[in-house]
Amino acid sequence: MKEIEKKKHLNEEQMIAYRFGEEKDRSGMQAHLADCPECSAQFAALERVLSLLDTPSVPQRDEHYGQRVWRQIAPRLPQRRASTWQFWSARAFPHSWAIAGAMAVLVIAAYVAGRLTPPHRGHSTPGPKQVRERILIVAVGDHLDRSEMVLVELSNAVPNPSNGQSVDISSEQRRAEDLLDDNRLYRQTALESGDATLASVLEELERVLLDVAHSPDRPTPAQFKKIRQRIESQGILFKVRVTGSEMRQREKSAIQAPQENPKVRKGNHT
Amino acid sequence: MIRMSESTQSGAGAADARSDRGADRGNVERVLAGDQDAFGLLVERHSRTLFRLAYRMTGNEQDAEEVVQDAFLRAYRKMDRFESRAHFGTWLYRIAVNCALDRMRKRRTEDAHRELPSARADDHTASANRLDSHAADSPAPDRLVLSAEIGARVTLALQTLSPAERVAFVMRHWEGRGIDEISQVLALRASATKNTVFRAVQKLRRALEPLITRDLMDSSPTARAMGATPGSET
Repeated sequence: MKEIEKKKHLNEEQMIAYRFGEEKDRSGMQAHLADCPECSAQFAALERVLSLLDTPSVPQRDEHYGQRVWRQIAPRLPQRRASTWQFWSARAFPHSWAIAGAMAVLVIAAYVAGRLTPPHRGHSTPGPKQVRERILIVAVGDHLDRSEMVLVELSNAVPNPSNGQSVDISSEQRRAEDLLDDNRLYRQTALESGDATLASVLEELERVLLDVAHSPDRPTPAQFKKIRQRIESQGILFKVRVTGSEMRQREKSAIQAPQENPKVRKGNHT
Repeated sequence: MIRMSESTQSGAGAADARSDRGADRGNVERVLAGDQDAFGLLVERHSRTLFRLAYRMTGNEQDAEEVVQDAFLRAYRKMDRFESRAHFGTWLYRIAVNCALDRMRKRRTEDAHRELPSARADDHTASANRLDSHAADSPAPDRLVLSAEIGARVTLALQTLSPAERVAFVMRHWEGRGIDEISQVLALRASATKNTVFRAVQKLRRALEPLITRDLMDSSPTARAMGATPGSET
């Protein structure tokens, strides 16, 4: 809204946006509210409604509440298997968060640099760049395999007749949640390395995983049908399979490449 | 007007917040190294904030308690995915919002299975009528009754919101969170999130505006003298 005419009243949407600080022309709105008794009354009514909402107060929890929660959940926590490295590093390096962050940035930067640098045909042994790329190809391949399994399980899940035909997808949901974080990282890396096809497949996959993760763990038949339709309509399962097999192919090529290089070099000399 | 979240307000200052974050970070490291008790310290520190959020989202204590527990269990399982640069409290907050969203959707589904939509609407109307008659039978100047009625009406009004609308409204109005953050939680575009907040406020306004009119009229001396409860026809 560039300029609010004096005669034109504000609509409800504008008032709500103004109330929550999202209206761009705040000074124009303010001036109009000061000038127009009708709009001013409407706005005051909105304010009163919002102030009513503070009436049901949140029940207080005392300072021992956290301890009670801990006692309730502690027996339900799965055992964490900390690696020896993690155990000692947590004690030896107090700033290991920063170190881990820096290392992650270095690995991704090296991967991106590796993707952007033209290949040198003369090397017979894989350099660190190729090794890193191979590791990432393997990781994305694994990730796609795991995602495929979740999608296949969801596609084949059978509703439970004894429970109102609902489907328990809690396990797939947990796995989808876990996959989401990896997916974001791989999509980002694919984008940065200019691999638009892979990034696009990962983006579509991310939307489906988000849907699954945010669905109820026992969706109604209608909700479950929607999830399935989402998987089927976008052909995401097929795309994940094709991209996964492409990754495996790239993995094989990456392994064969160093063995083939001497031949190429030999061929170049003759 | 953007409100600051209560957790921010209750902090004794930036220095305290920094020291809290430092303590959280240290505890997260210890958890990752296999020290389960360190997770207990994180639970103790964040439980009350999470309960307040969960209660506002779900509207009842039992669900709120379960959301708090679910959120911590989910956080523990996902702990190795926690990004070191992030603030643990913010990360946990988002997990709790998602748990609350799941719980509300689940509750809605269960309710839908249990009763027909028309029966549910009838039930809401009946509750509202009971409240009206209760207020009408009570002595007019009894502000406590009115206040309890307002509380009950507000609870009912909040129940008419969809889970996404409730999350958007709670995060925007009570928690003072920005549209971008709400968009991320709901996996919506910013414009769609603004619309969701708008729809929520619109619904609440429709449900609660008659109360304001009545409250204003009730407080007038003439209305009191006549023992009338104007607006009760709503």
